[in-house]
Amino acid sequence: MNIAWDSFTPWSSLAGGVLIGLASALYLLGSGRVAGISGIIGGTLQSVFAAPAAGRDAARLAFVAGLLAAPWLWRLVAPPPVASSDTGAVMLVVAGVLVGFGTRLGGGCTSGHGVCGLSRLSLRSLVNVLAFMCAGVAAVFVVRHLA
Amino acid sequence: MTTVLALLAGLLFGVGLIAGGMTDPAKVQGFLDLFGAWDPSLAFVMGGAIAIGVFAFAAAKRRSVAWSGAPIELPAATGIDARLIGGGLLFGIGWGLAGLCPGPALVALGSGFAPTLLFVPAMLAGMLLHDRVWRRFDGP
Repeated sequence: MNIAWDSFTPWSSLAGGVLIGLASALYLLGSGRVAGISGIIGGTLQSVFAAPAAGRDAARLAFVAGLLAAPWLWRLVAPPPVASSDTGAVMLVVAGVLVGFGTRLGGGCTSGHGVCGLSRLSLRSLVNVLAFMCAGVAAVFVVRHLA
Repeated sequence: MTTVLALLAGLLFGVGLIAGGMTDPAKVQGFLDLFGAWDPSLAFVMGGAIAIGVFAFAAAKRRSVAWSGAPIELPAATGIDARLIGGGLLFGIGWGLAGLCPGPALVALGSGFAPTLLFVPAMLAGMLLHDRVWRRFDGP
Protein backbone atom coordinates (compact mmCIF):
# COMPACT_ATOMS: atom_id res chain seq x y z
CA MET A 1 0.00 0.00 0.00
CA ASN A 2 1.37 3.34 -1.10
CA ILE A 3 0.05 6.21 1.02
CA ALA A 4 -0.20 9.62 -0.64
CA TRP A 5 1.25 11.58 2.27
CA ASP A 6 1.35 14.82 0.25
CA SER A 7 -2.42 14.74 -0.24
CA PHE A 8 -3.38 13.39 3.18
CA THR A 9 -5.34 15.98 5.17
CA PRO A 10 -6.33 14.26 8.43
CA TRP A 11 -7.32 17.34 10.42
CA SER A 12 -9.42 19.22 7.89
CA SER A 13 -11.07 15.96 6.85
CA LEU A 14 -11.84 15.09 10.47
CA ALA A 15 -13.20 18.59 11.03
CA GLY A 16 -15.33 18.27 7.91
CA GLY A 17 -16.64 14.95 9.14
CA VAL A 18 -17.54 16.38 12.53
CA LEU A 19 -19.46 19.20 10.83
CA ILE A 20 -21.30 16.66 8.69
CA GLY A 21 -22.13 14.68 11.82
CA LEU A 22 -23.39 17.81 13.60
CA ALA A 23 -25.46 18.78 10.57
CA SER A 24 -26.99 15.31 10.44
CA ALA A 25 -27.71 15.55 14.17
CA LEU A 26 -29.37 18.93 13.67
CA TYR A 27 -31.52 17.64 10.81
CA LEU A 28 -32.47 14.59 12.87
CA LEU A 29 -33.11 16.10 16.30
CA GLY A 30 -34.24 19.48 14.97
CA SER A 31 -36.39 18.53 12.00
CA GLY A 32 -36.89 14.80 12.60
CA ARG A 33 -35.38 13.65 9.31
CA VAL A 34 -32.47 11.48 8.24
CA ALA A 35 -29.81 13.37 6.26
CA GLY A 36 -29.63 10.94 3.38
CA ILE A 37 -28.93 13.18 0.42
CA SER A 38 -30.04 10.82 -2.33
CA GLY A 39 -33.35 10.43 -0.51
CA ILE A 40 -33.72 14.15 -0.04
CA ILE A 41 -33.01 14.86 -3.71
CA GLY A 42 -35.03 11.88 -4.93
CA GLY A 43 -37.96 12.77 -2.73
CA THR A 44 -37.91 16.36 -3.94
CA LEU A 45 -37.86 15.09 -7.52
CA GLN A 46 -40.79 12.77 -6.83
CA SER A 47 -42.85 15.61 -5.43
CA VAL A 48 -42.50 17.47 -8.72
CA PHE A 49 -44.70 14.78 -10.24
CA ALA A 50 -46.94 13.84 -7.35
CA ALA A 51 -48.96 15.69 -4.73
CA PRO A 52 -46.45 16.64 -2.04
CA ALA A 53 -47.07 16.69 1.69
CA ALA A 54 -46.26 20.38 2.13
CA GLY A 55 -44.34 20.20 5.39
CA ARG A 56 -41.99 17.49 4.21
CA ASP A 57 -41.10 19.26 1.04
CA ALA A 58 -40.33 22.55 2.71
CA ALA A 59 -37.78 20.83 4.94
CA ARG A 60 -36.23 18.96 2.01
CA LEU A 61 -36.09 22.04 -0.20
CA ALA A 62 -34.56 24.03 2.65
CA PHE A 63 -31.86 21.41 3.17
CA VAL A 64 -31.06 21.36 -0.56
CA ALA A 65 -30.97 25.16 -0.59
CA GLY A 66 -28.50 25.00 2.29
CA LEU A 67 -26.24 22.63 0.34
CA LEU A 68 -26.30 24.84 -2.74
CA ALA A 69 -25.59 27.97 -0.70
CA ALA A 70 -22.78 26.44 1.38
CA PRO A 71 -20.00 27.53 -1.03
CA TRP A 72 -21.11 31.16 -0.61
CA LEU A 73 -20.86 30.85 3.15
CA TRP A 74 -17.47 29.18 2.81
CA ARG A 75 -16.13 31.96 0.63
CA LEU A 76 -16.99 34.57 3.24
CA VAL A 77 -14.32 33.15 5.52
CA ALA A 78 -11.94 31.11 3.36
CA PRO A 79 -10.46 30.92 -0.14
CA PRO A 80 -12.54 29.05 -2.73
CA PRO A 81 -12.23 25.28 -2.27
CA VAL A 82 -9.97 23.29 -4.58
CA ALA A 83 -11.75 20.96 -6.97
CA SER A 84 -10.36 19.20 -9.98
CA SER A 85 -11.69 16.51 -12.26
CA ASP A 86 -10.19 14.70 -15.22
CA THR A 87 -13.38 12.83 -16.10
CA GLY A 88 -14.54 13.31 -19.68
CA ALA A 89 -17.99 14.58 -20.63
CA VAL A 90 -19.46 11.24 -21.67
CA MET A 91 -18.12 9.55 -18.56
CA LEU A 92 -19.60 12.29 -16.38
CA VAL A 93 -23.04 11.61 -17.82
CA VAL A 94 -22.67 7.84 -17.48
CA ALA A 95 -21.43 8.27 -13.91
CA GLY A 96 -24.29 10.62 -13.08
CA VAL A 97 -26.91 8.18 -14.32
CA LEU A 98 -25.28 5.34 -12.36
CA VAL A 99 -25.18 7.43 -9.19
CA GLY A 100 -28.77 8.54 -9.58
CA PHE A 101 -30.13 5.11 -10.39
CA GLY A 102 -27.94 3.23 -7.93
CA THR A 103 -28.66 5.47 -4.94
CA ARG A 104 -32.40 5.16 -5.48
CA LEU A 105 -32.20 1.40 -6.04
CA GLY A 106 -30.04 0.86 -2.99
CA GLY A 107 -31.97 3.31 -0.86
CA GLY A 108 -29.09 5.61 0.04
CA CYS A 109 -25.57 6.86 -0.52
CA THR A 110 -22.48 7.95 1.45
CA SER A 111 -24.60 10.15 3.71
CA GLY A 112 -27.72 8.04 4.04
CA HIS A 113 -26.17 4.61 4.43
CA GLY A 114 -22.61 5.65 5.14
CA VAL A 115 -23.03 8.26 7.85
CA CYS A 116 -26.58 7.80 9.12
CA GLY A 117 -26.95 4.07 8.56
CA LEU A 118 -23.63 3.17 10.16
CA SER A 119 -24.32 5.60 13.05
CA ARG A 120 -27.50 3.62 13.71
CA LEU A 121 -25.44 0.41 13.56
CA SER A 122 -27.55 -0.80 10.64
CA LEU A 123 -26.40 -4.07 9.06
CA ARG A 124 -28.30 -3.20 5.87
CA SER A 125 -26.36 0.01 5.56
CA LEU A 126 -23.07 -1.76 6.19
CA VAL A 127 -23.84 -4.13 3.31
CA ASN A 128 -24.64 -1.21 0.98
CA VAL A 129 -21.55 0.71 2.10
CA LEU A 130 -19.28 -2.29 1.48
CA ALA A 131 -20.86 -2.69 -1.96
CA PHE A 132 -20.32 0.90 -3.02
CA MET A 133 -16.86 1.10 -1.54
CA CYS A 134 -15.73 -2.04 -3.38
CA ALA A 135 -17.34 -0.83 -6.60
CA GLY A 136 -15.74 2.59 -6.24
CA VAL A 137 -12.31 1.11 -5.66
CA ALA A 138 -12.79 -1.21 -8.65
CA ALA A 139 -13.90 1.65 -10.91
CA VAL A 140 -10.93 3.82 -9.99
CA PHE A 141 -8.59 0.85 -10.40
CA VAL A 142 -9.87 0.23 -13.92
CA VAL A 143 -9.71 3.89 -14.90
CA ARG A 144 -6.32 4.64 -13.37
CA HIS A 145 -4.43 1.39 -13.72
CA LEU A 146 -6.00 -0.66 -16.50
CA ALA A 147 -7.39 1.78 -19.07
CA MET B 1 -39.08 26.06 12.54
CA THR B 2 -38.55 22.71 10.87
CA THR B 3 -37.69 24.55 7.68
CA VAL B 4 -35.23 26.99 9.25
CA LEU B 5 -33.43 24.18 11.06
CA ALA B 6 -33.33 22.19 7.81
CA LEU B 7 -31.74 25.15 6.00
CA LEU B 8 -29.12 25.52 8.73
CA ALA B 9 -28.47 21.79 8.63
CA GLY B 10 -27.98 21.91 4.86
CA LEU B 11 -25.55 24.82 5.14
CA LEU B 12 -23.56 23.11 7.89
CA PHE B 13 -23.57 19.83 5.97
CA GLY B 14 -22.34 21.58 2.83
CA VAL B 15 -19.55 23.38 4.68
CA GLY B 16 -18.55 20.06 6.23
CA LEU B 17 -18.39 18.43 2.79
CA ILE B 18 -16.16 21.24 1.50
CA ALA B 19 -13.86 21.13 4.55
CA GLY B 20 -13.63 17.36 4.33
CA GLY B 21 -12.63 17.41 0.67
CA MET B 22 -15.69 15.54 -0.58
CA THR B 23 -16.42 18.20 -3.21
CA ASP B 24 -13.07 17.59 -4.91
CA PRO B 25 -13.31 14.60 -7.28
CA ALA B 26 -9.50 14.26 -7.27
CA LYS B 27 -9.59 13.82 -3.48
CA VAL B 28 -12.43 11.27 -3.63
CA GLN B 29 -10.69 9.27 -6.33
CA GLY B 30 -7.48 9.46 -4.30
CA PHE B 31 -9.36 7.75 -1.46
CA LEU B 32 -10.68 5.08 -3.83
CA ASP B 33 -7.25 4.54 -5.41
CA LEU B 34 -6.52 1.85 -2.87
CA PHE B 35 -4.04 0.07 -5.12
CA GLY B 36 -2.30 3.25 -6.25
CA ALA B 37 -1.37 6.37 -4.33
CA TRP B 38 -3.91 6.02 -1.51
CA ASP B 39 -5.18 9.12 0.27
CA PRO B 40 -7.02 7.96 3.43
CA SER B 41 -8.50 11.41 4.16
CA LEU B 42 -12.11 10.50 3.39
CA ALA B 43 -12.00 7.75 6.00
CA PHE B 44 -11.44 10.55 8.50
CA VAL B 45 -14.47 12.41 7.12
CA MET B 46 -16.64 9.33 7.56
CA GLY B 47 -15.12 8.56 10.96
CA GLY B 48 -15.65 12.09 12.24
CA ALA B 49 -19.24 12.10 11.04
CA ILE B 50 -20.09 8.72 12.54
CA ALA B 51 -18.45 9.63 15.84
CA ILE B 52 -21.06 12.38 16.19
CA GLY B 53 -23.81 10.44 14.47
CA VAL B 54 -23.75 7.56 16.90
CA PHE B 55 -24.73 9.88 19.74
CA ALA B 56 -27.33 11.68 17.65
CA PHE B 57 -29.10 8.50 16.61
CA ALA B 58 -28.95 7.07 20.11
CA ALA B 59 -30.63 10.25 21.35
CA ALA B 60 -33.20 10.10 18.54
CA LYS B 61 -34.21 6.56 19.47
CA ARG B 62 -35.34 7.79 22.86
CA ARG B 63 -37.59 10.47 21.38
CA SER B 64 -40.56 10.46 19.04
CA VAL B 65 -40.63 14.21 18.34
CA ALA B 66 -37.95 16.60 17.12
CA TRP B 67 -37.24 20.03 18.63
CA SER B 68 -39.44 21.65 15.99
CA GLY B 69 -42.35 19.45 16.99
CA ALA B 70 -42.14 17.36 13.82
CA PRO B 71 -42.18 13.57 14.28
CA ILE B 72 -38.82 11.82 14.08
CA GLU B 73 -38.86 9.57 11.03
CA LEU B 74 -36.32 6.77 10.94
CA PRO B 75 -36.01 4.28 8.06
CA ALA B 76 -37.85 1.05 8.80
CA ALA B 77 -36.59 -1.23 6.01
CA THR B 78 -34.95 -4.44 7.20
CA GLY B 79 -34.25 -6.74 4.25
CA ILE B 80 -30.86 -7.28 2.65
CA ASP B 81 -31.65 -7.97 -0.98
CA ALA B 82 -30.38 -7.67 -4.53
CA ARG B 83 -31.61 -4.08 -4.76
CA LEU B 84 -29.59 -3.00 -1.74
CA ILE B 85 -26.42 -4.65 -3.03
CA GLY B 86 -26.98 -3.96 -6.73
CA GLY B 87 -27.83 -0.36 -6.00
CA GLY B 88 -24.67 0.00 -3.96
CA LEU B 89 -22.55 -1.49 -6.73
CA LEU B 90 -24.03 0.78 -9.43
CA PHE B 91 -23.72 3.85 -7.23
CA GLY B 92 -20.15 2.92 -6.33
CA ILE B 93 -19.13 2.57 -9.97
CA GLY B 94 -20.55 6.00 -10.78
CA TRP B 95 -18.91 7.49 -7.71
CA GLY B 96 -15.56 6.05 -8.71
CA LEU B 97 -15.84 7.19 -12.33
CA ALA B 98 -16.71 10.80 -11.51
CA GLY B 99 -15.51 11.23 -7.95
CA LEU B 100 -18.88 12.77 -7.12
CA CYS B 101 -21.85 11.60 -5.09
CA PRO B 102 -25.19 13.36 -4.56
CA GLY B 103 -24.44 15.76 -1.70
CA PRO B 104 -21.04 16.99 -2.86
CA ALA B 105 -22.38 17.27 -6.41
CA LEU B 106 -25.01 19.77 -5.28
CA VAL B 107 -22.53 21.76 -3.22
CA ALA B 108 -20.10 21.81 -6.14
CA LEU B 109 -22.94 22.88 -8.44
CA GLY B 110 -23.58 25.77 -6.06
CA SER B 111 -19.96 26.82 -6.40
CA GLY B 112 -20.07 26.64 -10.20
CA PHE B 113 -17.85 23.60 -10.65
CA ALA B 114 -18.24 22.84 -14.38
CA PRO B 115 -18.37 19.01 -14.35
CA THR B 116 -21.51 19.16 -12.20
CA LEU B 117 -23.35 20.84 -15.08
CA LEU B 118 -23.25 17.44 -16.78
CA PHE B 119 -23.20 15.20 -13.72
CA VAL B 120 -26.17 16.64 -11.80
CA PRO B 121 -28.76 16.55 -14.61
CA ALA B 122 -27.57 13.03 -15.44
CA MET B 123 -27.96 12.07 -11.77
CA LEU B 124 -31.50 13.46 -11.69
CA ALA B 125 -32.25 11.55 -14.90
CA GLY B 126 -30.90 8.37 -13.32
CA MET B 127 -33.11 8.89 -10.28
CA LEU B 128 -36.14 9.41 -12.46
CA LEU B 129 -35.21 6.37 -14.54
CA HIS B 130 -35.35 4.32 -11.36
CA ASP B 131 -38.37 5.92 -9.73
CA ARG B 132 -40.58 6.33 -12.79
CA VAL B 133 -39.48 3.51 -15.10
CA TRP B 134 -37.62 0.72 -13.29
CA ARG B 135 -40.01 0.65 -10.37
CA ARG B 136 -42.90 -0.19 -12.70
CA PHE B 137 -41.27 -3.38 -13.88
CA ASP B 138 -39.41 -4.32 -10.75
CA GLY B 139 -41.10 -6.86 -8.45
CA PRO B 140 -42.71 -6.05 -5.10
